[in-house]
Amino acid sequence: MVNFKERVYKWLFTILAFSSLVFLAGIIIVLLSESLPIFSKVSVFKFLFGKSWYPTYEPAEFGILPLILASLWVSAGAMAVCVPLGVGSALYLNEIASYRQKAVLKPLIEVLASVPSIVYGFFGMVILAPFLQGFFHIPIGLCALSASLILGIMATPTVCSIADDALSYVPNSFREASFAVGADRWQTLTRVVIPAAGSGISTAVILGMSRAIGETMTVLMVAGGAAVIPGSFFDPVRPMTAAIAAEMGEAPVGGDHYHALFAIALALFAVTFIFNIIAEMISRRFRIKLGLSG
Amino acid sequence: MRLIRRSIVMAGLLLALAAPCYAEKIVMAGSTTVLPIAQKAAEIYMQENSSADISVRGGGSGVGIASIIDGTCDIGNASRPIKSAELEKAAANGRDVKAHVVAMDGIAVIVNTSNSIEGLSKKQLKDIFTGAVSNWSKLGGSDEKIVAISRDSSSGTFEAFATLALDGAKVRSDAVLQASNQAVASTVARTPGAIGYVGLGYITPSVKALPINGTMPSKTTVLTNKYILSRPLFMYTNGAPSGLVKEFLDFIKSSRGQQIADEEGFVALR
Repeated sequence: MVNFKERVYKWLFTILAFSSLVFLAGIIIVLLSESLPIFSKVSVFKFLFGKSWYPTYEPAEFGILPLILASLWVSAGAMAVCVPLGVGSALYLNEIASYRQKAVLKPLIEVLASVPSIVYGFFGMVILAPFLQGFFHIPIGLCALSASLILGIMATPTVCSIADDALSYVPNSFREASFAVGADRWQTLTRVVIPAAGSGISTAVILGMSRAIGETMTVLMVAGGAAVIPGSFFDPVRPMTAAIAAEMGEAPVGGDHYHALFAIALALFAVTFIFNIIAEMISRRFRIKLGLSG
Repeated sequence: MRLIRRSIVMAGLLLALAAPCYAEKIVMAGSTTVLPIAQKAAEIYMQENSSADISVRGGGSGVGIASIIDGTCDIGNASRPIKSAELEKAAANGRDVKAHVVAMDGIAVIVNTSNSIEGLSKKQLKDIFTGAVSNWSKLGGSDEKIVAISRDSSSGTFEAFATLALDGAKVRSDAVLQASNQAVASTVARTPGAIGYVGLGYITPSVKALPINGTMPSKTTVLTNKYILSRPLFMYTNGAPSGLVKEFLDFIKSSRGQQIADEEGFVALR
């Protein structure tokens, strides 16, 4: 009887575990089959490196370089915000904060992750953008800078909690050994703890970047939406996610525009997929280095 | 005993919930421009005809027409005429799409209240939105960069503007794109150098509407076609409407229905 029950459990959980694989395969198949038709109209090279995105004109132009650059530009800006904030808070939580401070701070930082993205978008649109517009005397506040700042704040909890995990994996014996040879706190932090957790922190940064590049609602509301190759952080930009979200509702199903939007989604998926693989590879190397797994 | 009583109550409740399913049903989908008229008219119509059940969804003009082609709705709302590609698709699906003009809409060109410009010609408007002119000083205003604010290239209002004002020319690629009339109006209200375009109903004291070719956008000038940026709003049906769909469309075209269009900021047909 026990044996039968165990077999049922085993099968049940096997099926559950593999079901997410089925979803992944389904998503990839749909993305491929819905986006391939556009490449009979536009070459892959022209699609990825074309400089104008005019999907509804006759003749239509499907160049997504401005959208790709906008996504990268905004994510890079977000990194500049969330890496110091996220890694800094993780260092504080792990190395400096008392047990009680950590018990209060960590959940509070994680609350940031539970704020719906549309709330961030509203905040950016109504408060941050007009403020930046006045502060920098720029023509319009809805630009790459506003989007970067908001995305950076949004990605901070992701970076912080993964970096925090990485730091907590560093065995205490490392710190004790460092103190034992006479290093002070700062030296221990910069020469022992951070290098030891280095690849874990890199994973945190890359996953934070994935989070930022895939975010949709906020950039749709705050980035300005101009499909032009960004020249500075003060230019309005149109990241890939915003283009898909804004245009999918009105694109005739089965038309070139529709397939082109799927192709953007495919490109976006490829980018985040590569980020995640890199993050996985780095974190594996990290575990081996610390002798946590073979 | 208690179980039996409870199940009788449950059965009664289920029946009460199921009753409205016997009512006649209309599903509408499409243009967010037509949405306020459709929604308000449906509300009032259902108050007066308790047997009618009308559900109204947005989605955009493309969605409205596509839903008629796919047969997933009874009335498809659109702020633009049906395209030839869509007509072909409809024919292939065996649909006979019929258009009903339910109101007129004027597209107003708005600038920030601090802007000293008092009006534009159609050519100047086109120059601004295609990128030929980039500073207000070129048009007699102050030395300030023009921030052109447009709608997403697939919105019905955008298509109408591109046809009516730009003669199909491309909007400058650095134009800021906003997702709704409301978003355009509030961005223009906050941005000194901005110029945008919205439906007539979205002109508020916080923005300044400009006369185009010397004509202010107003209900009269739109209806008489004196104002160049005006367009009809459509409801599409598959074949000639009948039953509840016909009654509802007649209601919208009646003076009561047109009054609703007027109250929602559009231009009544009479």
